[in-house]
Amino acid sequence: MRILQAEGISKSFGGLAAVSHADIAVEQGEIVGLIGPNGAGKTTVFNLISGAIVPDSGVIRFKDAKINGLKPNQICKMGLARTFQSVKIFSNLTVYQNVLLGSLFGREKNVSSAEAAQEADESLEFMGLSGSRNVLAGDLTLVNQKRLEVARALATKPELLMLDEMMAGLNPTEVAQAMELVLKIKEQGITVLMIEHVMKAIMNVCNSIIVLHYGEKIAEGAPGEIVTNKQVIEIYLGEWKQADV
Amino acid sequence: MLSFEKFSKPGIVQIILALLALIGLLTLPLYASRYAIVLLGNIFMYVVITVSWTIFSGPTRYISLASAAFFGIGVYTAAGLGMVLPLPAIIMIGALLSFCVAVFVGGLTLRLRGIYFAMFTLGLVELIVTFLRWWEVHYSGTVGRLVVSVDNTTVYYIMLLILVLAILTAHLIARSKFGLALQSIGECEEAATHIGINATLLKVVTFAISAFFMGATGVIMATRWTYVDPRIAFDLQLSFMPMVMAIIGGMNQLYGPILGAVFFTYLEEILITRFPYYYMLIFGFILVVAIMYLPKGVGGLVQKLWAKRSGGKNAHTSS
Repeated sequence: MRILQAEGISKSFGGLAAVSHADIAVEQGEIVGLIGPNGAGKTTVFNLISGAIVPDSGVIRFKDAKINGLKPNQICKMGLARTFQSVKIFSNLTVYQNVLLGSLFGREKNVSSAEAAQEADESLEFMGLSGSRNVLAGDLTLVNQKRLEVARALATKPELLMLDEMMAGLNPTEVAQAMELVLKIKEQGITVLMIEHVMKAIMNVCNSIIVLHYGEKIAEGAPGEIVTNKQVIEIYLGEWKQADV
Repeated sequence: MLSFEKFSKPGIVQIILALLALIGLLTLPLYASRYAIVLLGNIFMYVVITVSWTIFSGPTRYISLASAAFFGIGVYTAAGLGMVLPLPAIIMIGALLSFCVAVFVGGLTLRLRGIYFAMFTLGLVELIVTFLRWWEVHYSGTVGRLVVSVDNTTVYYIMLLILVLAILTAHLIARSKFGLALQSIGECEEAATHIGINATLLKVVTFAISAFFMGATGVIMATRWTYVDPRIAFDLQLSFMPMVMAIIGGMNQLYGPILGAVFFTYLEEILITRFPYYYMLIFGFILVVAIMYLPKGVGGLVQKLWAKRSGGKNAHTSS
């Protein structure tokens, strides 16, 4: 079953087409990677899906319901959560309060305070942040702030979780832990759509990969197909291999 | 236990202190001088406006300069209806009118942030003044109105009632999940909307609740003046002073804005009567010193001293 389907979505800022006629489909239960060079429009796609910005044209469906035009808080309550490329936590609230807000407000049905409190703690436990429960979020290290963002998103009980460069700026050990976490999230039955520049992570955890370039989708398929796709190698991996190998 | 309260749960000592203060204030008119009753009424007015201002602007960090507008709407309601309706009805109407204007204005402008929102709210005060002048000149033919006066003790008791309601409301909002959500809007509004918080609705409703108390205060305080015109009713001092009082009192605890308002109203009174020529100068000097040396306000200082005294045990009870 398709949990998310965006058809022909476009968004221009002034004269610049950030995303043009892109089709993005995500199957339920999968981990889908969204890659592309800087400025390819990946984060804009996230913003369009989460309702932060409204597409100029195209239709976005989540669980078969049209969601473009809805506000981010409505989309979140439907079961679609996200994180941000530049961490957006509530720095002057405690770690626990950050996550509690997610479980108090992110659900479709009203939850009791006790239930929300319990879910917030479960979410913290899941992301390994229970030890920092009463610390101010702004005092956490970068990797823990990123985890907190994921914990807060998970507290809203999403069916689809969108992770925007969760692994950027992490060291190799932290990347490995983050990969494990993504797989653990999938085991919970949550579909994941992730933007990532760390190729090792993308190739290892994703079921399929979508490649964007100048706002257009140029390839889509299993990791094995993507690495051998000539166009992708030319515009993206080629660059990367030259620089890296 | 849930710990999303902004303010720590009031202890038995605090509740007893608050009750004693309330009993003291309730019996005060029996033995206090007329001057003291009038001065306290003034202090109550500033406390209500400052606490109401803090309900919205404290956690969300949207700086509103519209206090004078909401207060003035109350004043003009009293001026317009004073002859026809009993006082409690006028107070309710004035408060609700301010509430409605705040819903309308908030719905239009709460997407503005920072200095733009502050500028707009300041403009709102001037807009209403100009509109009222135009209206009075074109339709009623006189600029300025008479207000039915009410005796000082009644004003005192009604202000005390509004004061208690405003403080209770501020306390309940801050301790509820909505208080926490308002704080998250102040921290990062984009993230707040993405975890399911209806930021627009929450901002507008809270803004309107704060306007409600300002409107009610305007109605009752108007009865002190026998004559009002738009400039008297919509005094910009009432937009700036509550903000200054809240910031200097400190907004992290409920008693901060209360302390700030009491202190500054009393200070102003003393300076005006003792040093009529230098009062603005001295007032400004104290303001500068307070901003330089008390970045978290008087409330922050009290908290710091308290933490020191109890050996840092309470150092992290509130953020």
